[in-house]
Amino acid sequence: MMPEVHQNPLTNRESEAPMLPEAWRVVANDWENHDTFTLQLERDSGGPFAFLPGQFNMLYGFGRGESAISISGADEESGTLYHTIRRVGTVTRALSELNPGDTVGLRGPFGSAWPVERLFGRDLVFIAGGIGLAPLRPAIRYALAHRERYGNIVILIGARSPEDVVFPAEIDQWSGTEGVETRVSVDRATPDWKRNVGVVTNLIAKADFDPSNSAAMICGPEIMMRYAILELNKRGMDDAGIFLTMERNMKCAVGFCGHCQLGPEFICRDGPVFRYDHFKHWFSQREL
Amino acid sequence: MSTLAPIIKQHSFFSGLDDETIDVVTGCAKNVRFEEGTVMARQGDPANEFFLIREGRIAVSFPAPQGGGLTIQTIDADDIVGWSWLMPPYEWQFDIIAVQPVRALAFDGKCMRAKCEQDTELGYELMKRLSRIMVSRLQATRLQLLDLYGNNRPAQT
Amino acid sequence: MREEPQILQRADFGALFTALQSRGFTVVGPTVVDQAIVYEELDSVEDLPIGWTDEQDAGRYRLRRRDDEALFGYVVGPQSWKQFFHPPHVKLFGASRDREGALRFESSNEETPRFAFLGARSCELHGMAIQDRVFLGSGYVDSEYAGRRENSFTIAVNCGQAGGTCFCTSMNTGPKVDAGIPHDLALTEILDEERHYFVVTVGSEAGRELLSELPTVPAAGPETRAADELVAKTAREMGRTMNPKGVKELLYQNLEHPRWEELADRCLTCANCTMVCPTCFCTTVEDVTDLTGENAERWRRWDSCFTIDFSYLHGGSVRQSAKSRYRQWLTHKFATWQDQFGSSGCVGCGRCITWCPVGIDVTEEIAAIREEP
Repeated sequence: MMPEVHQNPLTNRESEAPMLPEAWRVVANDWENHDTFTLQLERDSGGPFAFLPGQFNMLYGFGRGESAISISGADEESGTLYHTIRRVGTVTRALSELNPGDTVGLRGPFGSAWPVERLFGRDLVFIAGGIGLAPLRPAIRYALAHRERYGNIVILIGARSPEDVVFPAEIDQWSGTEGVETRVSVDRATPDWKRNVGVVTNLIAKADFDPSNSAAMICGPEIMMRYAILELNKRGMDDAGIFLTMERNMKCAVGFCGHCQLGPEFICRDGPVFRYDHFKHWFSQREL
Repeated sequence: MSTLAPIIKQHSFFSGLDDETIDVVTGCAKNVRFEEGTVMARQGDPANEFFLIREGRIAVSFPAPQGGGLTIQTIDADDIVGWSWLMPPYEWQFDIIAVQPVRALAFDGKCMRAKCEQDTELGYELMKRLSRIMVSRLQATRLQLLDLYGNNRPAQT
Repeated sequence: MREEPQILQRADFGALFTALQSRGFTVVGPTVVDQAIVYEELDSVEDLPIGWTDEQDAGRYRLRRRDDEALFGYVVGPQSWKQFFHPPHVKLFGASRDREGALRFESSNEETPRFAFLGARSCELHGMAIQDRVFLGSGYVDSEYAGRRENSFTIAVNCGQAGGTCFCTSMNTGPKVDAGIPHDLALTEILDEERHYFVVTVGSEAGRELLSELPTVPAAGPETRAADELVAKTAREMGRTMNPKGVKELLYQNLEHPRWEELADRCLTCANCTMVCPTCFCTTVEDVTDLTGENAERWRRWDSCFTIDFSYLHGGSVRQSAKSRYRQWLTHKFATWQDQFGSSGCVGCGRCITWCPVGIDVTEEIAAIREEP
């Protein structure tokens, strides 16, 4: 039996005011590449902050607004949180301009999570496109930290160009881990690029996993996810073994604003992580 | 049976063909190795061969006048590269570069064409297999054209 | 809460206002403004639409004089009570920078108003119960909504007539105020040749307490029968009907029905239907800063799935076409709502039909989709 996605344990649901941000301090703000940066934040009030891999926070840029940003990692000792963000609009631009010592507003964590600890004993296939690696990174880190509890681990990463690959140093580290197949494929490169060129979904056909006892976790542009599912199905993987994460316009993250609806699902509350067989009917509809 | 026959039989491109047929195509094959960085074929060169990749990775690249060039696709082990030998003008359309040490089987294009003409059943079978690969490469190329990671992402504001 | 129904004479109706006001409630109810019956603060019984009725049809709403002096002789107008629980514009928080430049956040500390709603119809009570499930019953709690709901007192009215676009009997939401649907008191207005009175039933402990203060007498058999018969007559006079059977499956299976295209030719995507709907709850947010740049506020404002921005993602909106936006609204209201909140999102009040400038009628559209394409 394939496990379900993790619903938000709602550590924050008792909150009197789910729309009220809390102040977090910027510890560091580093560029990953020309348009993507990672904000490292610590809680002003101290105190623990529990989250599950795949969950997101609402980050507030002063006077500009909020944006839904997945948690790309955490430092267990210091308790700092990482958010890896692409600069695409007003809010993310404001966030990109923050300096260490500045504060941001944060609400969260929200949403469902990758069911990593319900997948022991299986092969894992992670498929990331572009910044889609950010929401997957906590799950990959979890899997690698519990390496002995899984079968093969396959990490397939797609990006536009070698310069667009996020977390390159960490990817090199994963590549060096035994029993972990890590492949990076970019859309175009110069011939000195030693990794793959082509769409990331090309790599699925020959990746080393047992389709009858594995689970795939996918995050990337919808078209990429569609083709990834097609390739996984071709390999014989069941829809119930495929987990994906969705993105839609979000204003509130708690199911009040209605913006992120996709069919009967509120992406903010019922997602962003879905098990594909439950979501299939809605995933394939246009303009929904 | 040639020593190459078992290798050919195991490669996914020829999988499922009977021994007799394998022997026929083996007659056109030879073992080749390329060091990392070798240009295995240049754009405009006569396309006398195609390669069955056994190990390593090759890049399909557009050469650039200032050197370097632009790789649009890489091909790994258990795949094939090259179909310019199939149709006129029988010239490579891209540079083929070994980005890792490559072990491959090179098939003589003229030899293969002759065999296909003689044995049209074999010819048709090989055309089907090649078409499947060409179509999947075309689809992959179309996806690449979408510049997926560039624009269509994400809901951040 | 089984109590004997009581009789309140029309002449004593003012006592109800007095009792509510003495308890600190602001009375809100129907009144005539700009030739429509809207919900506003009322000072006295004289503010009610005495002697008025309405005529409604698809895309049409007119007030007419009645030949009597009924207080509640009309159905529902363009507004619903949601504006009082879920205000169209509400402050979510204020943010300011302190001397060190650090951000401080404060929730809006406005005092929660205490409203008494006079004249809520059964369909409207169902609308409130549906919004309760959205804002109180699905995990997170909207404190603004919760506070306003908690503080309110509701006097319902059984409908003595059906409107031209009403279909509450189809949606099983009226016209009679059921004991099971939250309210404090329920009135049935009776005008016969000699008398003008109200049969009052109790819906809550607070209602019972308030009623005990009013100059009432126990209702007699003929009076309660008159009330029952009136509501039964209303049920028979519904302006519209809709077959709600299997509507969820119907819409789920017909996301590409040709009717959507046809609808898109008529729909102006004006969002009227979502504004007048008593259950539509969607909102957007606005961020404002003052001129010093040291203070910012975040506000929530009603939004509509008919706007193109509603589904905006970096790179463009998901629902570009009018077809997809109308489909979203109707499918949400009648189908996906059931999966989300365990009930239909429609209460059959007919507002979306009346206030549609081109007269699109949801009952007709669903019937058309039910027919084979």
